[in-house]
Amino acid sequence: MNRKNKEKLIEMFFLFNGILVILILVGIFLLLLKNALPAFKEVSLQHFLTKPIWNPDAYEQPTYGLLPMLVSSLMVTVGSLVVAVPLGIGTAAYLSDVASPRVREIAKPLVEILAGIPSVVVGFLGIVLLGPVISRLTGTYNGLNALNGSILLAVMALPTIISLSEDALGSVPRAYEEASLALGANKWETVIKVKVPAAASGILAACMLGMGRAIGETMTVLMATGNAAEFPRSFLGPVKTMTSTIAIELGEVAYYTTHFHMLFAVGLILFLITFVVNLCADIIFHKHTRVQA
Amino acid sequence: MDKKIRMKAKDVDFYYGPVQVLKRIDLDIFENNVTAIIGPSGCGKSTFIRLLNRMHELVSNARLEGSITLDGKDIMAPEVDPVEIRRKVGMVFQKPNPFPKSIYENIAYGLEVNGVRDRDFIEQKVVESLKKSALWEEVKTRLHESALRLSGGQQQRLCIARCLAIEPEVVLFDEPCASLDPISTHKVEALILELKKDYTIVIVTHNMQQAARVSDHTGFFYMGELVEFDKTEVIFTRPRDKRTEDYITGRFG
Repeated sequence: MNRKNKEKLIEMFFLFNGILVILILVGIFLLLLKNALPAFKEVSLQHFLTKPIWNPDAYEQPTYGLLPMLVSSLMVTVGSLVVAVPLGIGTAAYLSDVASPRVREIAKPLVEILAGIPSVVVGFLGIVLLGPVISRLTGTYNGLNALNGSILLAVMALPTIISLSEDALGSVPRAYEEASLALGANKWETVIKVKVPAAASGILAACMLGMGRAIGETMTVLMATGNAAEFPRSFLGPVKTMTSTIAIELGEVAYYTTHFHMLFAVGLILFLITFVVNLCADIIFHKHTRVQA
Repeated sequence: MDKKIRMKAKDVDFYYGPVQVLKRIDLDIFENNVTAIIGPSGCGKSTFIRLLNRMHELVSNARLEGSITLDGKDIMAPEVDPVEIRRKVGMVFQKPNPFPKSIYENIAYGLEVNGVRDRDFIEQKVVESLKKSALWEEVKTRLHESALRLSGGQQQRLCIARCLAIEPEVVLFDEPCASLDPISTHKVEALILELKKDYTIVIVTHNMQQAARVSDHTGFFYMGELVEFDKTEVIFTRPRDKRTEDYITGRFG
């Protein structure tokens, strides 16, 4: 085989890999769509999007309202971001600008290891550790609620946010830092007023990827949020997210029933949300790297 | 040399880790003068100028012996806040480095971090320093556009304006024209000559003609040593040291 053909072959191999990933993505989407669409033969899309109750087992009139679980998912996600974003950016700023090189060398891998803790372990900690604490502090029954889920998801989103924000801060040209210090700014003013704004798009992308992680997380919220099938009222009440609903119910539902197809419809919505969030993060991130270059 | 001495380096030895980069530097910087520092790459001239506003402290393993004074006071003394020194001794860098903010914000920033809250005062200062740096006419209609859209020469003059806004007493220029075209270079040089009426100026430059054009005193650095320091005309016409002569006549460097 001559050299030209060899190169062609290698090129084909990489092309194939690239196409495969796209095919898998499209395949998942189509599968979800195929299994979700039959649901709307019996239940209207309007019913799905507006009914405030999800009760597929009702004897008389089963209802399939997306809203309670959509609101639940958004609550724990937003809750987790409220905790994780300030903490994550603060930690990233500390690691990139305050910590000595030695501390950074040790701390950054540790943060990344945090991302590797299995979600079931995090959920377990939510039940045995965080639950009782929340219960005692707020006087709620068992502390398995949206607040618990939010805090746990924050812990899980933190590594992504810290690690990528630190990269973004680290890629801010040193010239900005020098300019700021030479004007008589102190270290913190330099970080907050010059470096963080200059790294803003990278940090935003980091937060969105963290959010993507939080909204799609299943096991942790399943274990820690109580899973009551009612419309969520507060952070101290139990919630049942889209992911937990699918995980709990898909195991026991009769195949090819409306309920079965409805769960796929929920999955489709979840897929679309995470897809859009990740796509936005990607666009922001690439805009950021282009500006830097 | 009857002028008043503003800054004075005395017996300065400077190290990065175990490597000695500056050896026994003694140099006086006179008020309302332009002091040029020339020398080949790696001779320590940029390192020296960064000592004058304590920018060397950004490098963790730097060590300094000897003293550098501003108006007779040791700027390296432990009780002296580097932030205070940098407010008095401003710096313009080799590569124009405006913040990725608007022209207006670039200048306002220095005032804000130094505690100025009065909006009217900031606005007045922005205009004043842009006029001083001869940039006002070119940017007055687009103060709120991004500074990154300016040309390199304009960016450098913006950096000068930003530096002047906080009213420093000494201004350090670290090869300010290294990345500029000849026309922009000419503008910056004219500006430096104008500024020396109000400020004390130190300029590091690769360009000997530039040193000859703008400076009153010149110091020649070579391999971490200050080989010769004198009035500029003396350095360029009757240097005492053979190495200075070789350098200014272009025999090495």
